[in-house]
Amino acid sequence: MGATLKDATAIVGIGQTPFAKRLPESEKALACRAIIAALDDAGIAPSEVDAFASYTMEETDEVEIAKSIGAGDVTHFSRVGFGGGGSCATVGHLAAAIATGQASVGVAWRSRKRGSGPRPWTSTRVQLPTPAQWTRPFGLLRPADEIGMLARRYMHEYGATRDHFFNVALACRNRANQNPAAMMYDRPLTREMYMTARWISEPLCLFDNCLETDGALACVVVSAARARDCRRRPVYVHAAAQGLPAQHHGMVNYWNDDPLSGPAWTAARHLWKGSDLGPQDVDVAQIYDAFTPLIPLSLEGYGFCGRGEGAAFTEGGALEIGGRLPLNTGGGGLSEAYVHGFNLIIEGVRQLRGTSTAQVPGAATCLVTAGEGVPTSALLLRS
Amino acid sequence: MRADHSRPTGPATGPADPSVTVRDSMTTSLPPDTDTPPDPAAGLLLPVPDDDGAPFWEYAARGELRVQTCADCDEPRFPPRPCCPHCQSFGARWQRMSGRGRIWSYVLAHPPLLPAYAALAPYNAIVVELAEAPRIRLVGNLVAAPDAALNSVDPARLRIGAPVKAVFPTPPGGPTVPRWMLERP
Ligand SMILES: [Zn+2]
Repeated sequence: MGATLKDATAIVGIGQTPFAKRLPESEKALACRAIIAALDDAGIAPSEVDAFASYTMEETDEVEIAKSIGAGDVTHFSRVGFGGGGSCATVGHLAAAIATGQASVGVAWRSRKRGSGPRPWTSTRVQLPTPAQWTRPFGLLRPADEIGMLARRYMHEYGATRDHFFNVALACRNRANQNPAAMMYDRPLTREMYMTARWISEPLCLFDNCLETDGALACVVVSAARARDCRRRPVYVHAAAQGLPAQHHGMVNYWNDDPLSGPAWTAARHLWKGSDLGPQDVDVAQIYDAFTPLIPLSLEGYGFCGRGEGAAFTEGGALEIGGRLPLNTGGGGLSEAYVHGFNLIIEGVRQLRGTSTAQVPGAATCLVTAGEGVPTSALLLRS
Repeated sequence: MRADHSRPTGPATGPADPSVTVRDSMTTSLPPDTDTPPDPAAGLLLPVPDDDGAPFWEYAARGELRVQTCADCDEPRFPPRPCCPHCQSFGARWQRMSGRGRIWSYVLAHPPLLPAYAALAPYNAIVVELAEAPRIRLVGNLVAAPDAALNSVDPARLRIGAPVKAVFPTPPGGPTVPRWMLERP
C-alpha cells in the first residue's frame, strides 16, 4: 500500500482582499495582503512558510512573494499550467508535498487584475501558434466563443435550453445576493433580464459569462497533525486530482472523438478513486463557472448525473440552498468574483467551517473544481 | 528506418516555397491597394503557422483542402503534429479531401471584439466535420461567396448538420484562409 493523500493534510487558513472592477493596488500587493490574511487566520507566522503553489497567468512569482511576506527557507514550490484549470491543483500539490515530508506549511494563492487590466484575448502579438492558427483567423477569438461552440453542440445533442443555463446563472446570483463581499451582492437577476440580455457569443449572453475582477485570495495547507493545533477548525483535503484527457485540446476541444466529455471526466475518475466518498455524499459543490454551460458539463463529468443529463439536473431549484446540490454558495465566478476559481476553494472551506453567508446546514463534504474545458483539477474537502 | 514525409518536398506534394503564400511574420492582413476592390478580410487575424501546420496553409493557397495523415497506419489527424498518436510513426502525407462536410456547431459573435471583427458583428464561426473523416473538424466561417465577408450569410440559415463545401478566397492583401458555403444556398 503506497502513500495516500486522504485526509493527510488540511486547509487551516484563508484570506482575501476586496473584489472590485478596479482596485488601486498592484497584483503583487494584493497577493501579499491575501496571503498574510490567510496566515493570520491560521495563526501561523509567515516565517514558517516553506512551500508555495501557484498557477499560470499569475504575474507575481514565489520569489517576490516569499521575500515580501517574510517567508523562511522554501523547500517546495510548484506552478500548474492552464490558467483556471490549475486552481485546485495548487492545493493538491501542497498536500502531496506536505504528506511526503517535503515541506510543512504551504501557501497557495491567486491574484489578478482582470477587472481593470486587459482582456487576454485582445492581444494579437502573443498568440501561440497552435492551436490559434486553427481558430483565431476565423474570429473564434475569445473563451466565450470557444465554449459557446461546445455549448451549442451540447444543446443540440441533449436538448439543453437557455433556461438551463439561466438556472445556473440564477443560483450563483442568488448566493451572491447573500454575500456582502460579492461584486453582485446588491444586483438581483431575473429571468427577463437574462432572456433580454445582450449576446456575447450566441448561444451565450452576458449573464452566461463570468465577471471581470481585481482581487486576490490565498489559503494555508499543513499536515493533519499540525492542523489540530491551529486557530480554526481544520478542513481536510480528502482527495485531490488533476485531469488531462487523452487527445484533449484545451478550450477548443473540437478534435477528438467526444468533445463533450472534457477533463472533468478524467479528474473525477481519479478523485473518486482516491476517496472514501462518492458524488452522492457531496453536501455542497463549488464548480468552476467561467461560463454557465460548464456547470451541466461538470455535473456529468463528476458523476452527479448521467451523460446528457446535466442540463435537466439544474431544474426544480436543484442548485439552490435546499436543492439536490447547492452550488457556488459565495456566488462563484459568475456573481461573486472571477479570480480564476480560487474563490471557489475559499468558499468550500467556509462551508465546512460553517461560516458561509449561504450556509448549507450541516455541510460536511464539499467538491471544488477548477476550469473545465482546459486541463483541470479538483478537490474533495471534508470537515 | 522510415523516410520523413511530414513536409511537402516538391510540386508533387506541395509548393516549393511556402513564403510565397504564407506571411508568417505578420498578424493582420495588409490594407488593400487603392486600385483593388475592398478586401472583406482586411484587418482580420492571419494564421501564424507552426512547422507542423504550414503545409495546410500552403495547400489552401492552391485551393486544396488537405489533412495530415499517417503514412503507416493511414489515420488522419488534426491539428497536425510531429508523429502519429496511434502508431507513433513520424511518417505523414497530406491527404486531399473533397472539401465537403457538415456544420457540427456554430456561434454568432457579438462585441466586445477586436476592431476588424467588431465591424462585421454579428458574424458566424462554425465547426465543420469533414465528409471523409467526421472526426476531423475544422473551424471556419460560412460565407455567401468565396470572397464574401464573415457576416454575408443570414444567421437564420445556420443549422447544425447543414451540408457545406470548402471555398478558397484569394484576397488581394493576404493568404488564402479557407471558408465554407452551403451546399444548398
Ligand atoms: Zn499511424
